This record gives sequence, C-alpha cells and structure tokens, in this order.
Amino acid sequence: MATAVESAAAAAGAGEEPLAVQLKGITKRFPGVVANSDIALDVRKGTIHAIVGENGAGKSTLMKILYGVQPPDEGTITINGTQVELKSPTEAIRAGIGMVFQHFMLAENLTVLENVVLGAEKLHGIGDAARAKIREISTEYGLRVEPDVLVSEIGVGDRQRIEILKVLYRGAKILILDEPTAVLVPQEVNELFEHLRELKTEGLTVIFISHKLDEVLSVADDITVIRRGTTVAAVDPKDVTARQLAELMVGSELPSPQTEESTVTDEPRLTLDGIDLVGQASARKILDGIDLVIHAGEIVGIAGVEGNGQAELVEVVMGMRRPTSGRVLLGETDITEAGVREIREAGVGYIPEDRHRHGLLLEAPLWENMMLGHQTEPPNVKGPLIDARAAKADTARVVEQFDVRTPSILVTAGSLSGGNQQKLIVGREMSHAPRVLLAAHPTRGVDVGAQAAIWDLIKAARRDGMGVLLISADLEELVGLSDTIWVILRGRLSGEFDPNVVTREELGAAMTGATTGEEEQR
Amino acid sequence: MKLDVRRVGLGLAAPALAVVVALLLTSLILVAAGDPVVAVWQVLFKAPLPRQVVAIINEASVLYLSAVAVAIGFKMNLFNIGVDGQYRIASFMAAVFAGAHFLPGWLNIIVSLIVAMATGAIWAAIAGVLKVARGVSEVISTIMLNYIATYFVAYLLKGAAVKIEGSNATSTRILTEDSRVPGINLEGLLGTGREIYGLVFLSIAVGILFWFVLNKTRFGFDLRATGQSETAAVASGVNVKRMVVVSMVLSGAIAGLVGMPLLFGQDFAYGDTVQTGLGFAGISVALLGRNHPVGMAVSALVWGYLNQLSNGLQISAGVSDRLVLIIQGIIVLSVVIAYELVRRAGLRMEQRRVARELEARPAPVVEEVHP
Repeated sequence: MATAVESAAAAAGAGEEPLAVQLKGITKRFPGVVANSDIALDVRKGTIHAIVGENGAGKSTLMKILYGVQPPDEGTITINGTQVELKSPTEAIRAGIGMVFQHFMLAENLTVLENVVLGAEKLHGIGDAARAKIREISTEYGLRVEPDVLVSEIGVGDRQRIEILKVLYRGAKILILDEPTAVLVPQEVNELFEHLRELKTEGLTVIFISHKLDEVLSVADDITVIRRGTTVAAVDPKDVTARQLAELMVGSELPSPQTEESTVTDEPRLTLDGIDLVGQASARKILDGIDLVIHAGEIVGIAGVEGNGQAELVEVVMGMRRPTSGRVLLGETDITEAGVREIREAGVGYIPEDRHRHGLLLEAPLWENMMLGHQTEPPNVKGPLIDARAAKADTARVVEQFDVRTPSILVTAGSLSGGNQQKLIVGREMSHAPRVLLAAHPTRGVDVGAQAAIWDLIKAARRDGMGVLLISADLEELVGLSDTIWVILRGRLSGEFDPNVVTREELGAAMTGATTGEEEQR
Repeated sequence: MKLDVRRVGLGLAAPALAVVVALLLTSLILVAAGDPVVAVWQVLFKAPLPRQVVAIINEASVLYLSAVAVAIGFKMNLFNIGVDGQYRIASFMAAVFAGAHFLPGWLNIIVSLIVAMATGAIWAAIAGVLKVARGVSEVISTIMLNYIATYFVAYLLKGAAVKIEGSNATSTRILTEDSRVPGINLEGLLGTGREIYGLVFLSIAVGILFWFVLNKTRFGFDLRATGQSETAAVASGVNVKRMVVVSMVLSGAIAGLVGMPLLFGQDFAYGDTVQTGLGFAGISVALLGRNHPVGMAVSALVWGYLNQLSNGLQISAGVSDRLVLIIQGIIVLSVVIAYELVRRAGLRMEQRRVARELEARPAPVVEEVHP
C-alpha cells in the first residue's frame, strides 16, 4: 500500500492533483523474451493520453498489466496517488479502471441492457433500475444508447459505444481503449473522438492506444511513445509533427523495407476478374467487383482499414470461400472452383493473418507443422504415406536457413515465440517454391529482428519471380515492399498508388474514403 | 531424446494417478457404506484364475475393438457415442447373413465380417451426413440412433428369429460348425479348457492398422490435424466436411466388428440375450487408453480384469459386483482430469525448457499475441 509520503510526492510531481495513472519501472518477461522493460508513464487526470507504438512494440502487454490481466514482474502502478497491485480485472475495475477491447465482447442475441448488466447484476439489478442507469449514463455523456434493442441489430460504431457504456456502468473513471479506430469508418472515428472529448470534460481519463499518428495528433492531450517494449518519449502533440512522431516510434536504427530495382514482368501470375462476394446475413457486398492482376516478380500491396474485405479476399483466392461471381486465374488456369488443396498444390503459398488459427498446430511438433498445408507434396510424403525422415530433414534445413530459434525440431510449435513461429511459416511456404505468395500481415506481432528477416524473404521471393499479394495494415511495410499499392475500401479497390511517390497522408485519406467522394454519397 | 523419456513419463503418470485416486475414492465410498474395505480389495487384487485369464483376454479383445472405433472419432474431435447401436445392428445383420449360409465355411465368415463393417459404417454415416449437411451435433444424433437401433433390431429379430426347442429366447439361425471361428486352446499353458476367441487376432490387426493409418499416412495426418485445429486444417487444404463423413464411416465400420468375436466364437447367433453396453464401455477404455493403440489395449485388459474379478465380490466379500461400475466410473472421471492437468503441465514445461535453452542467445522484444 502507498505511504502518505509517496502519495504526497506523486501529488507534488503533478502540480496540484495526483496523477490518474503513474507507472514506474514496469517490466514484464515472457519465456525467452522481454515484452516490457522499464516502462514509465504519467497520465494526468481528465486528459486523453495516447500511447503510440508499432505493432509488436509492447502496447497490449502494457495495457494488460494495467488492467490486471497479467501482473508485472517488476515496477509499481499508482492510481490517483495510491500504489496498487492489480491481480485481476476485477481489482482493476474496483480501482476505477475500465477497458474497451479492440474486439468487442458482446453477446449478439442479447439486448443492449442485458449485455451491459451481464456480470454486473449486483450494481443496479437487471430491470428498470439498470435501464434508468443506462439512460442516465447515455444522456450524461451523449452516447445515444438505446437499452432495449438487440445487439445483433446495431452497427459497429454503436457497439463500441455500448462497450464504453459498459465500462462506465461499472464505475470506471479511467478508460483504456485498445486501438478503438481499427474497426471504424471515418465518420465513426470522428464521432468516437467527440465522445472521448465529452468524457474528458466530465473529468474522466482516457488512455488511447493506437499506431495511427494523425488520429493521435488530433485527439490526444499527451502522447507517450513506446518502442521495443519500453517508453522512449513523452511528448506534447502541439510540439510534434506526424513525421517526428513516426521517427520516435520506428527509431532510427530500425531496418525499413526498401524496394530494390523493379523485377516486374508482364507475365500474369494471379488474376482476379470481377470478384463479387455477397455476405450471408445481408445483401451488402463484402467484395465488390475486384479486378486485380499480379505479375511474376511483382508485389502488389493492399492497404485498408481492417474489416474492409481484406480477409475475405484472401479466403476467395485460397479457395476457402466461393465468390458470388467473377473468376480467379492462376497463370492461365481457372481456380475459381478449386479447393484449398488443389490451389496450394498448384503453387500458391499462404502466410495467414492469424498464425495460431490458420497457420499452425500448436500442440504438434515443428516437423509436423512443416508438413501442414503441404502434406501432399514432396518431401513430406511418398505416395499415400508420410515420409517422416525426409520431413524432419526438411524441417532441420528450414530451421537453419530461416533462423528459427528453437532447441529442437521435436518441440511443439506453441513453445516458440511469435517471431519464430512466423519464420517457420514463411520458411515452409517458401520451401515449396510457390508461383504466387499470399502474405496477410506477415510481420504482425513479431519482433523487430524477425520483421527484417521476413521482409528480406519477401523481397527475395519477388526477385525469384514470384507474384506476391501483400495485405498489411502497416503502411511503412506496404510502401517499402510493394511495386503497386491498391487501397481497399468497403470491399472495393478504390485507388491505385505508386509507392515511390505516394505519401502517408494520401494513402490514409484513400483508406478512409476521403478522396473517393463516397462520403457524400452515403 | 531426453524429451521423449519425459513425455512417456508424463503419459504414464496420468493413468496411474487416476487409478490410485479411484482406489482411494472407492475405499471412502466403502467405508461410508459400512462395507468391508479390506475384503473387497482382497477379492479384486487376487491373481486371476486360469479360466479368468482367458475370460479377461476375450473381454478385452471385444472392448478393444469398441475403443478403437471411439478413438477414431476422438482423434478428430468427434464424439461417436453411437458405437453401441452400430455394433448391435451390425452384429444382427452379420448373424442373419452368416446364418443363411449362402457361402461355405471361411468365406461365409469373411463376407459376414464385411457385412458387419458395412452395416456399422452406414449406421454411423447417417450421423456424419447429418452433421455435415444440417449441422446436427453427432453427440445427439448418435445417441438417438442408438435407440433407433435397439428397437429396429428388436423388430427385425421378430421376423428373422427361429424357434429354439424348449426355450423362450428368440435368436437368429445358429451357425453351423464350419462357420464358427475356432478358439485357441491354451490348456497346456494355462491349465484350463476354456478357449480364447480366434478373432482376438482381428482385434490385434485392427490395432496395428489404426496405429499405421493414423501415424504413417497422409490421411491420418489430415485426420489428426483436423482434430487439433479445424481452422488450420481447412487452411492447409483438408476438406473437413468430407473428413467428418469419412471418419464417421471408419469409426462405424470398426464398431461393426465389435460383436464379431462373440458371434463367431461364443454365441453363434444373434438373440435377445446378446451382450449390450459394449459401445459405452469402449468410450471409457478409449479415454483411459488415451486413444493410443497400446494404451487402449492395456486399458481394455484392465477393464476386463475388473469385470471378471468383480464376480467374486458378492460371495467372498458380501458386496454387490456393481461396485466395479463405480470404480470404473471414477477411473474415467479422474483420468480425464489428470490428462488435462498433465497436458497443460507438459506444455508449460516445454515452453520453459525452450526458453531456457534459448536464453544464451539475445532475447528479442516481442509483443505477446492477443488471446
């Protein structure tokens, strides 16, 4: 517990009022890696405080520590001048901290009211008292939440407001928002920011996690930059430009993807011809008239806010979903109706977005994981039989060649770090000399060293004449690697850009629909 | 290879632990019920008599087939509770076919085995197709199909039954001598005239085939991959829907064989006195044996041993032989819990070990992946 002296010191440090949140020397180690080291963070009461950093910089780990999901190995957490130990989210909530997760935690078949009271039934019951309380909070902060509609009937922006209301309902005075804008369209982002400012004027404190610099600069009162697991700077948004902030985030010593001389040929490797995909629930098109050609030796980047059809595009190419109309050609061959295995055998390599769900068998040994997706191809099989010896030899080669850090090829995939898992996947896909490589967020959540290695591998693939479809949320990566960048917006390819001349701002504007004039039409 | 030793150790620790826990809990139950604890264990831990050894092996050979049928499903995250119905309807069909004696001697036996497998496969395929086409949980549909099988067989048996002189029992036509599988007489070795089912070799062959297909073939890899992560299997090119149907069919085909050692080695007909519940016992045996071909063989023998030795409980200890069902139930419960604990401990140990062995190298900074 805090001593009076410490509280006083904290109060004195902040001027008149104690800081809402103060972190000192927070360090968190996971097996083999340090996710956070010596984090220092001062959040003033009644402000919007942004924490910015690249994917993999350690933001999420830090927020989990602050929300009591994981205890830090070292360091202190001080809330409103009192030092606390948060052992669980329940304790964090009791200390007045609430978290709005990036992926909403709402039950679709329940009403808003039911979702809000779920797990907090003791506060105001589950009936009219709760309904009145929800209305009160909704009015007070201008959230416009209607308690009695089903969650399944409302949109993404509304759902986010419900998540915020859920947190307020539980009495939170400090709100953590984890990349809240990733799922929103531009007007919704603006609306969200209005709400955040509203919360601020009511005396609440908002911690806002993002890697989108323009957003951060427009809404934050203070910015803390986190890089490679540690806080590197605390800046005032009025004093910095997006450029300077980016430099702080990336750091000068970091490798950046650099395209080499063009190797683009005129031989089409993958052709998408008028791909439409209609969702099951609504008649809304998830993919709308996608026309795209990827040539041998070309990297085509797809930029876009998450949830604009990127994942579905990948599924259509890989044969996991059938397009409603349109054709997919691999070279000259029509693979629109082909199954995943045929498409893989025909020479499409796949680096999935979610390696745990789609890329690995976490409880199987590395050498079995090396066969995954290639269990019909040499050297893994002889006829209908598995050739374990050859598969193991091949695994040993990939581990060596692609620098997968592991003590043995017999350990389970789940015991490796994220970066090494990803290197294994990239190595696996490259080993079968694909004609087309589909890379979805290939460096998401991997360490800096692995990121540089994976970039090099993708560039090598391009030199070798592969056609690469690169889907990423990391503009740096897209600009650095791609020969052509397309922006995807609400299932349509809305613009083509030359990565040599395009600016971040132009891409950002296209991704949010500001340049296509669609905002006015809606 | 140090790792493998540890793995085997962990693998054996769980069932051993489960058996010990079951013995302790059963003792507590006996004490609570005021029954003689020591006498009970004396009966159950007596060395089996030669005729009991034969009976244990015979029972195990049947249970093993049932366990393999269940394990095929388990390996794919499918819970085939319907082995019970599948083996009964298959036994009936095989008994009718064999009893008709269309074919001579061994040929009759072999074709009857195929009839049994086909019947079991078709019965199980219903659940597989329902799951794939309509999303019906195979747990529900196989349970329902068990009931349907029970009454369907009873109905058919009425039509197919032949009258036996001086008995009220109804059964299919009794197999002639040349359509029976001769038993193995180990009188010289064991000193008992009782014979081991000739079809014990069928169980052994099925076990070897199970191991081979699962671990050495592409198909087996696809099946295991689907069981471990359906999403990863789909992305790797496995047609999961087809896989569901195929593995249900295979499971049902093996389930069809469960009644065969009984039909050709002991009963020689299918009647209303046929042994039931073998399919459910197979689930327990598969769980205790951890779906491993050797593990299930051991657990089938343990099951047979407990069943046989329990016969003496009523006479020697004055306790109902139903006590064994309690022991078996507790073993299964403890084993499920123990396996999960051991599995998690194993994963954690390995993660720590990997981290330790890599510690010498520079530790890169990574963000932990979202849960």
